Amino acid sequence: MTEATAAAENEHEHAEGEEHHGDHPKWLQHHWDTPAQQFDAAKIGMWAFLGQELLFFSGLFVAYAIYRTWYGDAFAAGSHELSRPLGTINTCVLLFSSLTAALAVRSSQLGKKNETTVLILLTIACAFAFLCIKYMEYHVKFEHGLLPGSFFGTPRDILTFAPIPGATSEHAAALPPHTHAFFSLYFVMTGLHAIHVIIGIGVWIWILRRNLRGDFSRRYFTPVDVTALYWHLVDLVWIYLFPMLYLIDYVGPHKG
Amino acid sequence: MAAITTDHKGHGDGHGDPNVSYLDVKKGIMSWLITLDHKRIGIMYLVSVMTFFVFAGVMALLVRLKLFTPGRTIMDPDTYNRVFTIHGVVMVFLFIIPAIPAALGNFVLPIMLGAKDVAFPRLNLLSYYIYVLGSCFAIFSLVNGAVDTGWTFYTPYSTTTNGAVVAMVMGAFIAGFSSILTGVNFIVTIHKLRAPGLTWSRLPLFLWGIYATSILQVLATPVLAITLLLLMLERVLDIGIFDPHKGGDPVLFQHFFWFYSHPAVYIMILPGMAIVNELIATFTHRKIMGYRAVFISSLALALFSFLVWAHHMFVSGQSEYANMVFSALTFLVAIPSGVKVFNWTGTLYKASIWVASPMLYALAFLFQFCIGGLTGLFLAMLATDVHLHDTYFVVAHFHYVMVGSTVFAFFGGVHFWWPKITGKLYPERTAKTIFWIIFVGYNTVFLPQFVLGSRGMPRRYYDYLPQYQTLHQISTVGSWILAFGGFWMIFMFIQSLRNGKKSPRNPWNSAGYEWGSPTPPPLENFVKQPVFTRGPYDYHLATDAEVAED
Repeated sequence: MTEATAAAENEHEHAEGEEHHGDHPKWLQHHWDTPAQQFDAAKIGMWAFLGQELLFFSGLFVAYAIYRTWYGDAFAAGSHELSRPLGTINTCVLLFSSLTAALAVRSSQLGKKNETTVLILLTIACAFAFLCIKYMEYHVKFEHGLLPGSFFGTPRDILTFAPIPGATSEHAAALPPHTHAFFSLYFVMTGLHAIHVIIGIGVWIWILRRNLRGDFSRRYFTPVDVTALYWHLVDLVWIYLFPMLYLIDYVGPHKG
Repeated sequence: MAAITTDHKGHGDGHGDPNVSYLDVKKGIMSWLITLDHKRIGIMYLVSVMTFFVFAGVMALLVRLKLFTPGRTIMDPDTYNRVFTIHGVVMVFLFIIPAIPAALGNFVLPIMLGAKDVAFPRLNLLSYYIYVLGSCFAIFSLVNGAVDTGWTFYTPYSTTTNGAVVAMVMGAFIAGFSSILTGVNFIVTIHKLRAPGLTWSRLPLFLWGIYATSILQVLATPVLAITLLLLMLERVLDIGIFDPHKGGDPVLFQHFFWFYSHPAVYIMILPGMAIVNELIATFTHRKIMGYRAVFISSLALALFSFLVWAHHMFVSGQSEYANMVFSALTFLVAIPSGVKVFNWTGTLYKASIWVASPMLYALAFLFQFCIGGLTGLFLAMLATDVHLHDTYFVVAHFHYVMVGSTVFAFFGGVHFWWPKITGKLYPERTAKTIFWIIFVGYNTVFLPQFVLGSRGMPRRYYDYLPQYQTLHQISTVGSWILAFGGFWMIFMFIQSLRNGKKSPRNPWNSAGYEWGSPTPPPLENFVKQPVFTRGPYDYHLATDAEVAED
C-alpha cells in the first residue's frame, strides 16, 4: 500500500510536469486532474465493492450459523463426508495464488512486464487447479447422492444431472436426518465461491491481455492492483469456508 | 458563477466546448444509448423510471377501481393478487429506488461537486443497462403469468405458488446490482471529485442525502441479492433452506428480506429529504438551520435503518424479547427524522418564502411526512401494532412516506431542475394548479385508509364488508383525481419540451452550486473549473450576479 501510494505520488509529480504541455497521459481519463486522484478513486471503489461482496456472503453465513446450531450432528456427519486432504490442498492452492497476485502487483509497480505476465499466468493456473479439484470433489458427492434438499439420497451424474441407474443410495441414507441441509449450504456456498473464482479468471485474462499490450508501467498499474484486491477477497471467503465446512468435529453435549 | 474561477485546463482533445450544451454536442439515438455523459444517463433513467411509474400507477388505479364495490367486478381474485403485486414490485424496484439517486442524482451530483463527470462513467452506463436487463426480466415475468405473492415474496407461498416468480425475482436481483454499482460510483465521486474549496462542511445537503443513500445501497442491497438468489434456488433446485418440510425456516426469509428492505425504505426516503433541503434553502434564500445536525441526521437514519428490520415481523412468532428490543430501536428513528423536520420548520420561520411550484411540493412534503412519520410510531408500538398489522393503516402509513414524501419530493426536484436539465421553462401557473390537484387527490386516496385500517380492514383483500364501502369509494375517487393531476403534469412537461420558453441560467435565483454553470450545462458542466469560496446556502455571501437570473 505504501509503495503503491508512493508510486502514485510519483505519478502525480510527473503528470503535473506534463500538464504544462497541455495534455493528459493516455490512460488518465478526462475528468481526473491527476493520476493520484484516479488511482485513489479506483481503490475506494473496489473497497466499497468488496464491502458489498462481504454482505452478499453474510446471508449464507447467518443461515449456516442457524442450521448448524439446530442440526449439529447432521453438520458434523456431513462435514466428515467431505475430503479434508482435497480441501487442504485447495486452500494451499488459493493462498499461493493470492501470493502470486500480490507479487504481480509489485512487479507491475516496478515496471517488470515479463515478470508480471508470469505471475498472472501462475495465478490463473492456480485458479484452474482449484476449480479442477473442486470438480473432483463435486463428482464424488454427486455419485454418492450427497446433494442439496430433495435431491439428497439419489446418486446423479454430475454432467447430465440424470439419476445413475443401478447406483445405491445406502451411503446417504445412513447419515443423520437433515444432512441434506448441510449439503444445501455446502453447494450454495462453494458454488457461489466458485462463480467468483470463474469471474476472477475472466478478469485476470483481461489484465493479462492488457499487460501483454503494454498498458501498464511504473506510473499506471491501477487495474492490476484492484484486481488483486478482488482476488484476495475471493481467497478470504474460502479461508472462512474451509474450516466451516470441512473441519467440523462436533461432539454433542449429550455425548458428554 | 458560484465562485471565483481559475483557468480551465484544456485537454486539446475536442472535449467540452463550453459554448455548446450537452444536448447539442451530438445528435441521434446512438449518441444517447452509448453516452458516458452522466447528464444523458440521468435523463435515460428519468424516462425509464417515469415509464414504469405510469405503468405501475395504472395498476394501482385498477386495484382502486376493483375496490370501489365489494364482490367480484372487473377482475377475479387471482388477477387482483397479481395486479397489486405488479404495482408493488414495479414501483419499489423499478421506480422509486432508482428515481431520485439514479435519475436526478446522476444529473445533479457531479455539477454540484464542480466535477466533469462521475468517478466511473463507463460503470455508470453499465449500471443503467443492468437496470434495463432487470426490467426485461420483470416484463418477461409479467407476460408469462406474473406473480401473486405481494412485493415481499414471502416464503413458503412464493416457493409454492404458480406464476413466473423466478423471472420476477431475477429481475429484482439484477436491478439490485444496478443500485449497488450506482452507490459505489457516487460514494467515490463524492470522495474524490469535489472541486477546490468544496470541503465536507460545504457539501450541499442533497449530496449528504445521496451519500447516506449510497452507503445503504452498497451495504444493504447485497443481502437482498443473496436472499433472492436463495429463493430462486429454493424454487428451481428445492434446496429446502426456507422450507419447513425439509428443516428450513420460512421466517428466516423474512429476516433476510427486511434486513434489506428496511434500509431500502431509507434508500427511498433519504434522497427525498435531500431534495427538500435544496428547495427550502432556495425559496427562502436562507441557510438551512442546523446544517450540521441535518447531515448528521441523514447518516444517523442510515445507521438506524440497519437496526430495526424485525419491526416488520412483530406478529411472525419471533421472540417477545426481540419484539421489545426492535420496538425500542424503532422509536430511535423518530429522533433524526424530528431533527430534520424541526430544522426545516426553523428555516421557514419568519422567512420570506417564495411559494413557487417546487416549493409547494416541499411544503406538502413537510405536511405529509409528519403524518407518515407519526403514524409510524403507532406501528412501532407493540400493543397497537398487533391490531394495526396487515391493515390499511399500514398501507396508508407506507404511502404517506413513500408517495406523500418521496414522490412529492421527486416531483419537486423534477420541477426545480427541469430548466437546468432541458433549458426550458414550464408554465408556472399551470404547474401550481396541477400541484393542488395532486395534493387533494393524494390525500383523498390515503387519509381514509388510516380510518379503514384502524377499523380493521385488512390489506391485500379482494373483498370487504359493506361497512367499509364509503371509505373505499372516497379513496377510489381520490385515485382518479390524483391520476388526472399526474397525467396533466406529464403532458405539461412534454409541452414544455416542445415549445417551452428558454430558461435563464438561474430561474430560481438560487445560490446552489449547480446553478453556477450554464443552463443547460455544456458537456463538461462548467466553462471554467469552479473554485468554491462559500457554502451552497450562504446567501449573505453570494454576489448579486450569482443569484441573478442570467
